[in-house]
Amino acid sequence: MEKRFIYADNAATTKVTQNVLDAMLPIFTENFGNASSIYNLGMDAAKIVLASREKVANALGAKVNEIYFTAGGSESDNWAIKGAAEIGAKKGKKHIITTAIEHHAVLHTCEYLEKHGFEVTYLPVDEYGRITVEQVENAIREDTCLVTVMFANNEIGTIMPIPEIGKLCRQKKVLFHTDAVQAVGHVPINVKEMNIDMLSLSGHKIHAPKGVGALYIKTGIALPNLIAGGAQERGKRAGTENVPGIVGLATAITDACADIPEKTERIAALRDKLIDGILQIPQTRLNGHPTQRLAGNVNISIRGVEGESMLLLLDLNGICASSGSACTSGSLDPSHVLLAIGLPHEIAHGSLRLSLGEDITEEEIDYIIETVPKVVTKLRSMSPLWERICSTEGLNPDGTPKA
Amino acid sequence: MIYSEKVMDHFANPRNVGEIENADGVGEVGNAKCGDIMKMYLKIDNGIITDVKFKTFGCGAAVATSSMATELIKGKPIEEAVKLSNKAVIEALDGLPPAKLHCSVLAEQATKAALSDYYRRNGIDPVPIVGRIEDCEDCESCGI
Repeated sequence: MEKRFIYADNAATTKVTQNVLDAMLPIFTENFGNASSIYNLGMDAAKIVLASREKVANALGAKVNEIYFTAGGSESDNWAIKGAAEIGAKKGKKHIITTAIEHHAVLHTCEYLEKHGFEVTYLPVDEYGRITVEQVENAIREDTCLVTVMFANNEIGTIMPIPEIGKLCRQKKVLFHTDAVQAVGHVPINVKEMNIDMLSLSGHKIHAPKGVGALYIKTGIALPNLIAGGAQERGKRAGTENVPGIVGLATAITDACADIPEKTERIAALRDKLIDGILQIPQTRLNGHPTQRLAGNVNISIRGVEGESMLLLLDLNGICASSGSACTSGSLDPSHVLLAIGLPHEIAHGSLRLSLGEDITEEEIDYIIETVPKVVTKLRSMSPLWERICSTEGLNPDGTPKA
Repeated sequence: MIYSEKVMDHFANPRNVGEIENADGVGEVGNAKCGDIMKMYLKIDNGIITDVKFKTFGCGAAVATSSMATELIKGKPIEEAVKLSNKAVIEALDGLPPAKLHCSVLAEQATKAALSDYYRRNGIDPVPIVGRIEDCEDCESCGI
């Protein structure tokens, strides 16, 4: 049998599409000019960067001068948060509000600021990974300089009530940043209607290459410069523009935002089929919100097995997936997101994330539904933890209750 | 992260998986909170480990180190098995990624815990021979 290859880890990164690659390739060898140069080749590059900036702005409902290209989502998050902190500090405002389930690019930036005299409120989330606008309202103080809440969570796919939080922050005159790395291209976004002051996005999550991203900064916010040097990005982020990456990002975001409702309806139907299929395995649970979740996100905890070994066995069966287990996080603690929604450590270790791309087929979903139980059965049969669960809870080896 | 071919082989085709009924020594180390539990069963005849089986809940390296540890002690006299070190397990697997070194320690401890159980069942204090098996709570690699 031909070896399968199903890529179900699109929340980690995505394949560059042919359309994006075609848009980028001429920039390497033909339109390779420096956008700061005065001759035609340089001016062409400047025009290409401008056209790309317009495309990104259009995709977000922003103005063209509000888009700053960066090297990716983490850089955008760092810039927005540290910059807002610097603005706040000048006014004596040194309090930041965020959530317990942010990406590490946000959490570790907040921890850095705590070491530099800032106070950070980490809002706890409910069992689905959501916060409420009331929680934000209750946490806002006189000295709050920034609210930063992710648009959608990278692990469990939960979508936050961003328009409501945006409206509140506007009323309270507090800067509002959102890390929308997982949401862009999957959830309709309009930064004006949603009252978003700053928004981070990344190219490689939406079929652009790695190493390019953007930060939307609303006009009027005097965010400090990130990189000193030349006049690129209006002097705020110096360094010769990554023109091929910028073109790739602009093409990818345009494609990704062109058909969000149709695309997400189709993917969400397959997602729900996959969730129902895997939940047929006894002693499993869905992590994240049943409906307020990204169309392609599946995150399920499977008792008695450890995430990394599940991923390795799935890979041997041609399926690329991800987990929140400690062994895949590079530390010995399981995912902070899964712990924050209240999972005990041993259940958090056994989580499986599948993130579907636009080209996923029903046949591939069926294959995953068929393969996961086999992998789980193999791992459970050699798991002393599973043995203990079965004996203490009166379960058969397949996890069904004993009659 | 990169696993050696040997680690992948021992993960995908683990040797000596299972249990031994009426085993002469059984040891379990690790805990579910840390994400690793290893349980080892020994059959010992005339001071020789004639059979060994294991069950492991854990990552790829945890499974591979358990599998390799069983291979290294099978058919050996217990005096030799007592000397099994995590370094020997790592070497036999052609190395482990730095974040996974603790798995080899667990494999060594599982072996020692099973041998200690054997000595205890035979009325021999295992501590002077095997040494103290550290509790999971004493492990420094885990902040829990």
